[in-house]
Amino acid sequence: MNDKPEKLIDKKGLRLDGRKPDELRPVKLQVGVISNADGSAYIEHGKNKILAGVYGPREVHPKHLALPDRTVVKCRYHMAPFSVQERKSPAPSRREIELSKVIRESLEPAIFIEYYPRTMIDIFIEVLQADGGTRCASITAAALALADSGIPMRDLVVACAAGKVEDKIVLDLMDTEDKVGSADVPVALMPNLNAITLLQMDGTLSTDEFESAVNLALEGCKQIYALQKEALRTKYVSIKEEKEENKEGAEE
Amino acid sequence: MAAVITKVKQKQITQLMDKGKRLDGRELTDYREIKIEQGIIEKAEGSARVLLGKTEVVVGVKIETGEPFSDTPNEGVLTVNAELVPLASPGFEPGPPDESSIELARIVDRGIRESKAIDVGKLVIEPGKNVFVIFVDVYVLNHDGNLIDASALAAMAALINTKMGKYEVADGEVKMKPGYEPLPLNKHPITVTCAKIGDKLVVDPWLEEEQVMDARISIAFDDDENICAIQKGGSGYFEPKQVFEAARIAKEKSREMRKKLNW
Amino acid sequence: MPIFLEKRQLVTPGDLIAEGDYIAGENTYMENNKIYASRVGIVEYETKKMDVVALKSFYVPRVEDIVIGTITEVGFSGWTVDINSPYPALLRASDVLSRPFRPQKDDLPPVLDVGDLVVAKIVSYDRTHDPQLTVAEPGLGKITRGQILKVTPTKIPRVIGRKGSMISTIKQETGCNIILGVNGVVLITGKTLEDEQLAMMAILKIEEESHTTGLTDRITKMLKEAKTGKEEKKDE
Repeated sequence: MNDKPEKLIDKKGLRLDGRKPDELRPVKLQVGVISNADGSAYIEHGKNKILAGVYGPREVHPKHLALPDRTVVKCRYHMAPFSVQERKSPAPSRREIELSKVIRESLEPAIFIEYYPRTMIDIFIEVLQADGGTRCASITAAALALADSGIPMRDLVVACAAGKVEDKIVLDLMDTEDKVGSADVPVALMPNLNAITLLQMDGTLSTDEFESAVNLALEGCKQIYALQKEALRTKYVSIKEEKEENKEGAEE
Repeated sequence: MAAVITKVKQKQITQLMDKGKRLDGRELTDYREIKIEQGIIEKAEGSARVLLGKTEVVVGVKIETGEPFSDTPNEGVLTVNAELVPLASPGFEPGPPDESSIELARIVDRGIRESKAIDVGKLVIEPGKNVFVIFVDVYVLNHDGNLIDASALAAMAALINTKMGKYEVADGEVKMKPGYEPLPLNKHPITVTCAKIGDKLVVDPWLEEEQVMDARISIAFDDDENICAIQKGGSGYFEPKQVFEAARIAKEKSREMRKKLNW
Repeated sequence: MPIFLEKRQLVTPGDLIAEGDYIAGENTYMENNKIYASRVGIVEYETKKMDVVALKSFYVPRVEDIVIGTITEVGFSGWTVDINSPYPALLRASDVLSRPFRPQKDDLPPVLDVGDLVVAKIVSYDRTHDPQLTVAEPGLGKITRGQILKVTPTKIPRVIGRKGSMISTIKQETGCNIILGVNGVVLITGKTLEDEQLAMMAILKIEEESHTTGLTDRITKMLKEAKTGKEEKKDE
């Protein structure tokens, strides 16, 4: 069904979906969407649609996995069978298992794990639709879910990828660009502490190109971070504004 | 480890029920608010999202080609799978489908299959060799009771939303043609679940009612109001007259629902 | 040395609140002489101490706290109690029976069974042990009626109000008795289910709008309107 496109970047320098090389796909974020979870968030990043839910801190099961001085952080990245072009079996693939680990390792540095010994924090990520860059979108949503749950954090975590497509370093690869391009560099960042917590690369890049890609990805991270803060604000500020407007109206 | 329901609350639910009322203010035969959205997953051939109260289910339909079953060489294949994803409830654990998710999948499957909702005869590309395989994947995202009705609704809404590619067979090869057509559907089954609490029957039990109920019965009706599937669940029991009462209530509710959805 | 934010501003984890000679208060942490927020919340400070009033948090046990919990397991010599915390609590049989526990003779479920509610006090807790409870004091013990509500623990002070004004208003207008567990679990006992549900609605509203102004007036208004609504119905 997906034929390889002729060109990924056209004469005007625009990409397949009309974006400029340093342009992000549209991002929409919502916090507190799953009532049962302690914290949750939903992200639409381009055509990616991903749900993140957090349970914890809670008792460790099985008990023997509990650690005496810290909380155990577990993460499960999972794709729905209908999330990709060719139906995917629901059983965890090797890719999902690897991503579960690197996503956990991107979020753990932000959590104060020593605050709650002998407990466990579960992070569940469900990809409802995938279109390139799901690990980054997952991290962005999962960090919001953690903040929403009230688990103390050093910082939010936000993620974005950059890569190389037809000799140009571009921001935020979509699915086709990821499959056909020459390199992909996902990066996760704790924005206030300026700390990189996830970094992977596949493809071929010179060291200069690599540096450009990382810096471009960090720029993308900062833009998405502003949207994360906005999503957290929106949950609370809208109530505040509405009430204060009503108060002013009543006083008139 | 789902939350334990307190005895105080259990008593409240059953005491209220004796007076013909429910804790959330509903009548015994009322459904919670239902919201249905279709086409939410563009990459799937069909999709739908159902909110039944706070219970949330997403269904995606994918269509592939494959061999038919040997005993039905002239029919397409339907397969239904359900996932109770761990973020949907503190009691759901990651791992292969457990008996609850398998039962849920099979109940949804039965309603669709036995009502002959999908015209599987129209899904044949080459008899005995190549047919369309319809994958219906039920994804429970938030469990607040009555996953069965929410999943059955979402599955049917997703099938109604499903578009198939057009094809032709030329020189023994299957070629896709441009364009889409809707999945051929003959019927639109609707499933209604009743729970037995004490000696009362309630429609659309929410989570805490499910924790208190003795048993449940789910009944699927086709467009002609024939029963096409039934499942009793839970470790309690029904008297025969309660079964028939439940069937009567379910038929009426399915009629109401059908009218509201215009199915 | 600066404070970077105004009072009552909303912060998210990692936001820089102040730098220099300040004290890291609630829901903040200090690193390299800088104080950052660790939870989503509203900034508050008096002179040197920076606090964030968290919009959502969970209960961590403290000795002497009065909590409301649900029995989740009957064990061999006691019960496991869910106190709405990451840590399950333990209630010893000997504490409830007020005498030594005799395994051969004493049967636990008739005393307290799974699903029972208790008001208890935390008598011990540390990083290496789960909290232990006692019900052997006046006002503590098994609860037999009422509605249970869970509220984010940081909002409990708001539900109480200045000098108890908010909680008194709710009690007065609904005629309910209300026990506020420090662990965020609230017990409401009223004469009718409607009274209890009205009190529940008021408390949930406080939790949702706790960070806004004019809340006390809105709650009082809501309660009075509901009461007149009920009286009108009676007159019909």
